[in-house]
Amino acid sequence: MALIQQPRLELPENVVVGRLDALANWCRKNSLWPMPFATACCGIELMATGASKHDLARFGAEVFRFSPRQCDLMIVAGRVVMKMLPVLQRIWQQMHEPKWCISMGACASTGGVFDTYAVVQGIDRFIPVDMYVPGCPPRPEQLIQAIIDLQDKIQREGTISGREFDTAGRQLRKRALVEHAGVLSTDASRNPVLQRELAAAAESAVPRT
Amino acid sequence: MPFTPPPVDDVLARLCGRFGSLESSVFRGQTRVIVPAEASFDVLSFLKETGFDLLVDVTCVDYLEYRGARHRYGLVYLLASTATSQRLTVRVFVDDPRPAVRSVVPLWGAANWLEREVWDLFGIRFEGHPDLRRLVMPEEFTAHPLRKDYPLQGRGERHNFPVITRDHS
Repeated sequence: MALIQQPRLELPENVVVGRLDALANWCRKNSLWPMPFATACCGIELMATGASKHDLARFGAEVFRFSPRQCDLMIVAGRVVMKMLPVLQRIWQQMHEPKWCISMGACASTGGVFDTYAVVQGIDRFIPVDMYVPGCPPRPEQLIQAIIDLQDKIQREGTISGREFDTAGRQLRKRALVEHAGVLSTDASRNPVLQRELAAAAESAVPRT
Repeated sequence: MPFTPPPVDDVLARLCGRFGSLESSVFRGQTRVIVPAEASFDVLSFLKETGFDLLVDVTCVDYLEYRGARHRYGLVYLLASTATSQRLTVRVFVDDPRPAVRSVVPLWGAANWLEREVWDLFGIRFEGHPDLRRLVMPEEFTAHPLRKDYPLQGRGERHNFPVITRDHS
């Protein structure tokens, strides 16, 4: 409303006014780099989605990378057994923010027909999931629909500064856990290492006068 | 025309001459012989010298609550001769509380992972195995899940993982 009451700006042709956050989200949603965590027949449909007939490139998500460091969309395609779950979690933690996760097919979402001692009954019990794709296996169209829906979700949330990720704070917590395995507390009052790190971070954050 | 392996009557005769009478049966042209657990290594060693140079498979069956079964576990050794195409199944029965047989890794290197798999899933101990670790289940797993008294949905192992949320990933 404030914009309307202001005097109209004279904009040259081909100039659009928008929020920087929206611009960042627009960039993110149209260049998703999937991490294909394909463990079963859903992986075949995932390959078909990326191949010429269904052509995932039309939605800006065709660059599959097998390194989690280069990806921002994990597609878990297929059943995940209990021996694989720690691997899945580690790969998820190695991906950089912002990142999203699609649980593709009945097995990844619920365990499917494999209600046995070895199969995890839905990956969303152990890692965060943004989109679920039903089907056994889902057709490529369904996966594409999930990616389109995920793009809508990405457009609605997220900031250009990434402040919602609180990256520095999380890194402090993670580093304290890894480097000082003996001091496993994330409670700063009981953890001298974390106290030092937090104090150093606070000091560097204050502008020097 | 299905392949029918050549008969192994001569081998059975020599086996019984060496180890006393052994129970054997034929089903659709395939012979199996039942061997006591304490003699299994010697019998298999003898069979290897006789010409059964290929160990096709080592696996196991749990006969818990099986109709007419006299033993709990039945080991299966599938042997073949690459020279004569003869095939022979050797059955060895073992029981709780400490099911164990001698490892055949000294005879066939192929038995290494096969016996590890049987140990992993059935808990049969192979004495003399150079590296008896679990093969398919995770190292921290404690049960032997193909035993019939192990519940199909496990004892909660599949739920025993840390939960990663958006806040700490």
